[in-house]
Amino acid sequence: MSSVISEIRKDFLYNLILKGERADGRGFDQYREISIERDVIKKAEGSALVKLGSSQVLVGVKMQPGEPFSDSPNRGVIITNAELVPLASPDFEPGPPNEVGIELARVVDRGVRESKAVDLEALCIVPGKQVWIIFIDVHILDDCGNILDAASLGAIAALLTTKVPASKFGLGEDYTLPVKDIPIATTAIEFGDVLMFDPGMDEESIANTKLTVISTAEGKICGMQKSGTGTLKQEQIYRIVDIACEKAREIREKFLEV
Amino acid sequence: MDETDISFFKDGFRLDGRRADQLRPVKIEVGVLARADGSCYIEMGGNKVIAAVYGPREVHPRHLQEVTRAIVRYRYNMASFSVEERKRPGPDRRSYELSKVSREALEPVILTTYFPRSVIDVFVEVLQADAGTRTAGINAAAVALADAGIPMKSMISSCAAGKVADTIVLDPMKEEDNFGQADLPIAMTPGGEITLMQMDGGLTREEFHQAVEMAMKGARDIYEIQRNALVDKYSQLEAPAEEVKACE
Repeated sequence: MSSVISEIRKDFLYNLILKGERADGRGFDQYREISIERDVIKKAEGSALVKLGSSQVLVGVKMQPGEPFSDSPNRGVIITNAELVPLASPDFEPGPPNEVGIELARVVDRGVRESKAVDLEALCIVPGKQVWIIFIDVHILDDCGNILDAASLGAIAALLTTKVPASKFGLGEDYTLPVKDIPIATTAIEFGDVLMFDPGMDEESIANTKLTVISTAEGKICGMQKSGTGTLKQEQIYRIVDIACEKAREIREKFLEV
Repeated sequence: MDETDISFFKDGFRLDGRRADQLRPVKIEVGVLARADGSCYIEMGGNKVIAAVYGPREVHPRHLQEVTRAIVRYRYNMASFSVEERKRPGPDRRSYELSKVSREALEPVILTTYFPRSVIDVFVEVLQADAGTRTAGINAAAVALADAGIPMKSMISSCAAGKVADTIVLDPMKEEDNFGQADLPIAMTPGGEITLMQMDGGLTREEFHQAVEMAMKGARDIYEIQRNALVDKYSQLEAPAEEVKACE
């Protein structure tokens, strides 16, 4: 049944695209309305609720002292996890994360890690013995499309509000987590030779190919991920990257610039 | 520890004597496993990877089957002894992600609608790892699919470019991957349709363009090696067919 509806819907959306339109009237590279509410969870060291259109993602950051990895004894640790809980979509099931959830968490992690947004060296407590471990937990609440961009935005917004809970562990005064960069992920889909940014749920389900580009405040690319069973041409990738960097700058300036 | 501590170039050549735009030696063998419908063994530098294809065959569990097409499953697995420090056997988060993107790198060329309600299983075992195992796995898997006689629109070839000491290099090896500044694996058809694209590290847009160009050139070179390996195997099979004809 659902596939029949989706075929009709696909046809409808395709015909709109031929006319240069999207179902909700947006331009092809226009984002839905974004809102970021920070510090919504008092028990977490940092948190942010991101709304991207009707999609809602809550990100919480918890920190605790722990052992460093043996290959980086003087650096803090980042662990990113994503929960695609069944309340967020009829397609999500309870249980351990599936490959979609794992990919989401790993791409969010890639943005934070590769942009070197968090000063991990500053999170060393006793070299080789004790460092701060940052847990970034992404909770998808309502999946109306493009939860990856929302999750990535939530992660950096939550990190920007994070207070290192030093006093709780007898390690001195609490202090603000040193954040040095603001990576922004932007996602586009390709459908019928058209590139559309910030895909809604229907657009996401009809597209074969999705490309996420994460860029830093400097305008450098720090992470990319293509997903889906379609192909992209070289020129399409270059175009997505160009628009993605521009969109990321707009979003950063509007919501996160300190 | 820092990337600047290691010198990656000596007299313009890399640690293993390669130029910046040079691939490591690639060796491909087709049909190395007796039980699989198709198989391939590949060596790309220090990587040793084996791929097997089973199917099209019945889907288990059955609720996974699709009425209009075959599903494709791809399992990327690293042997515990394939890396310096023993890897805990079984899938981890990295291998789940790599399995997903590798499957999506191959699926665009597989004519899945020819085999509704069935599954094409691709199993990739990394026996020895030396940076670039996902690209080696995809290259081997694409050849194994062809060896299994799975109808495909084209071959898929995969290669990575990286950035070390502010220079874009082709096919980074372990040292360059560990201490490098960026890694960009791609997969594509010989016609240049890109089916895999991942990136981590830091690249300006100019560097990104340069890296994509370089990786695509690498993939084209690998395509020739894949093609030759398949032609080699199947041209040898022509002889018996002629003998049969002679008997008539």
